[in-house]
Amino acid sequence: MSNPIAEQGSRRHWLRLVPLVIALVIGGFLFAGLNLRPKEIPSVLIGKAVPDFELPPLPGRPRGLTTADLKGEVSLVNVFASWCVSCRAEHPLFMKLQASGVVPVHGLNYKDEGSAAMGWLRRHGDPYDRVGADLKGRVGIDWGVYGVPETFLVSAEGRIVCKHIGPIMQRDLDDKLLPFIKALREGGTPQC
Amino acid sequence: MTAELGHFALVLALSVALVQATIPLLGAWRGDQGWIALARPAAVVQCLLIVIAFGALMHAYITSDFSVLNVATNSHSAKPLLYKISGVWGNHEGSLLLWLLILVLFGAAVAVFGGNLPAPFRARVLSVQAMIAVGFLAFVLFTSNPFERLLPAPLDGRGLNPLLQDPGLAFHPPFLYLGYVGFSMAFSFAVAALIEGRVDAAWARWVRPWTLAAWCFLTTGIALGSWWAYYELGWGGWWFWDPVENASFMPWLAGTALLHSAVVVEKRDSLKNWTVLLAIVTFSLSLLGTFLVRSGVLTSVHAFATDPARGIFILAFLITVIAGSLTLYAIRAPAMKGGGLFAPVSREGGLVLNNLLLSTACATVLLGTLYPLFLDAVTGEKITVGPPYFNATFGPLMLPALIAMAVGPMLHWKRADLTGAIQRLKFAIVAAMAALFVTLVMAHDGPWLAIPGIALGVWMIAAALEEAAYRLRLFRAPAGESLRRLLRSPRSAWGTTFAHAGAGMVIIGIVASSAWQVEKLQIMRTGDVVAVGDFSFKFVGASPFRGPNYSAVSGTFQVSRNGNDFATLKPESRNYQDPPMETTEAAIRTGWGGDLYAVIGDPTGDGAWSTRFYHKPMIHWIWMGALIMMLGGLVSLSDRRHRVGAPARRGAAGRPLNVAKSPAGE
Repeated sequence: MSNPIAEQGSRRHWLRLVPLVIALVIGGFLFAGLNLRPKEIPSVLIGKAVPDFELPPLPGRPRGLTTADLKGEVSLVNVFASWCVSCRAEHPLFMKLQASGVVPVHGLNYKDEGSAAMGWLRRHGDPYDRVGADLKGRVGIDWGVYGVPETFLVSAEGRIVCKHIGPIMQRDLDDKLLPFIKALREGGTPQC
Repeated sequence: MTAELGHFALVLALSVALVQATIPLLGAWRGDQGWIALARPAAVVQCLLIVIAFGALMHAYITSDFSVLNVATNSHSAKPLLYKISGVWGNHEGSLLLWLLILVLFGAAVAVFGGNLPAPFRARVLSVQAMIAVGFLAFVLFTSNPFERLLPAPLDGRGLNPLLQDPGLAFHPPFLYLGYVGFSMAFSFAVAALIEGRVDAAWARWVRPWTLAAWCFLTTGIALGSWWAYYELGWGGWWFWDPVENASFMPWLAGTALLHSAVVVEKRDSLKNWTVLLAIVTFSLSLLGTFLVRSGVLTSVHAFATDPARGIFILAFLITVIAGSLTLYAIRAPAMKGGGLFAPVSREGGLVLNNLLLSTACATVLLGTLYPLFLDAVTGEKITVGPPYFNATFGPLMLPALIAMAVGPMLHWKRADLTGAIQRLKFAIVAAMAALFVTLVMAHDGPWLAIPGIALGVWMIAAALEEAAYRLRLFRAPAGESLRRLLRSPRSAWGTTFAHAGAGMVIIGIVASSAWQVEKLQIMRTGDVVAVGDFSFKFVGASPFRGPNYSAVSGTFQVSRNGNDFATLKPESRNYQDPPMETTEAAIRTGWGGDLYAVIGDPTGDGAWSTRFYHKPMIHWIWMGALIMMLGGLVSLSDRRHRVGAPARRGAAGRPLNVAKSPAGE
């Protein structure tokens, strides 16, 4: 028997293109995959009322965060910590949001030392309306937090509309959060 | 200043790489000796520049220069020195720099040691190598600069993920990258050969040592990674079919196939197209692995922080490299005809079978790894593909490959006598039967599949040894002649013996540890005793202590066997502060029969602790086997014919140079 691969080659040139075609198909799927975000596991909390909780304020800061505080107007809840580097990346955006007054932003300070968190807010600015100190991360579990930062969009009725995992970029704000906030205020029910 | 120096060295390296990627290639095309000669110094200079850049980053880590963003994000002043150093590649930017460093080290090695390569061919190889470097340098400089400054500098860094603060993991990435990037040599040789339009025995002889070296590194890297998972993650598992594990395993499978098919090209001038394709595919799979880890396309425990811009860049690069080389392949491959004819039952036939099974196995792993992505893209459904799929597809494919690999080295080139080959393995057959019988008696209550599994491993080891004995004419010729044959037989044949026997050990380790493992989970108070197989574990107590950058609880367990003291195990549960994270440090006692494995978990609050014990029979054979496989690769690498220059090419068609008509040493 002669080498089958070499023998077929002269007769069927198109076979040579098979590896290329397979590679391009896989490449196409990988490209699609870049926009898919497998990590956005649909949260079971979407569409549900925020969990019942009551968190004390950070030491030296007036207002803590409770379930009742999230009712009455559309708001964002940002899970942050002073040890979280990505939080620094998204922080300037929250500073801008606060300055523009588009939407109140509340903080959920996750597994952090109170003094470290306060120092962090002093250094980088404090964009938060209310901040609840979740020292043990107990409330974070109820919220389904599994990484910091995460940001929740909460409706005026205190319902979780959207959950963003990872740092918020300008793009997320422009394409997702701000249009949703607008729709919520106009009485719509945007789907995440 | 050092950070800027490093950054500057990278920019210079990019310009050198651009020159190296074009001028020597054009020179080889035009026959311009001066342009061809540029390749060697360019490769060396490029290597020096990347060494400077890497050194600058390492300097920033060792001196804890937190004004460098990368250091501030991934290091901490209280970290032990080893982890400051390993922190350099414990993150996306630094690991890319390591990738580049290894790439240019290989390039420089070809420039310095590739004296036996014809100058135009070497110039083409180095140009292709530089094209890869251009892609990665641009990636580093434009999307992932490790030298970015952070001003004002923070007082201390954020620390390295505590799971990564471990000696096993400090060395796992460098070995893995040496393997991944080592396959870039096979790729560059293949593309250079396609450009020249010629693949012959000499080509195979040049490409084989580089492939072997990469394969040895990758084997070590994968083994280190699984060993780390075994003792650090605290579940006693060592392989999870995680996408990123698969990403390192696929190039290994393809690279193993490549090693074997290159032998056919070298000895018989056959399978040339296929070997070139394998060289391209092997490196493409390495690049795919790099992409999967860094793009966030698949969920994995290994994923780096992801950024869509990076994903787009690396995907564009990936597609350029792979589609470019495969297009070249589609154009050039028909011109390369195989020479040697062979019967289905022959050494070549065996190697073809090996290649078919290994590449099909590799394809199933690829399918399983990317399937969640395919499904998500087409239907939007989110799933994960787990061990059941891989066990059901990969196992059955490997089974015939493993059975056959014992026979392959016994077959003659061109045309072989299968019955005769099997008759020469009678000792191995007896050994496998004996193993079957002994296992059946010792483990009469199953599991049934494990019993032939052990026999398979014994068959592989015994056949490897018997093949070596046959080669030496041991017991058939006077001892003097066997000794003479021992001294003179080629090292590559010994490489085969070691690697195949090592694979048999891995199989025995896998089968025994998964079939007869004993696992106990319980809550224990001081003084409690738990029986685990033949052993009993007594909880002596738990006490807190402080490590250099963590606080921890250490439990003490007194293990006895049949009433006699056997060992003391002290597992730890560590609590790191920067960043906050809990890790388990399992206590493992390795003996001849297997491992005892103890983990201490959380306190229940009333003085009791959750604890977990395992007895894993023969599990260390997995890593010992992998080590022996790697040694086999090294022995083969030291073969004389790789060191002594390959013979010069003859004729345009590249006729076979060294036709061995029978098994080595016959």
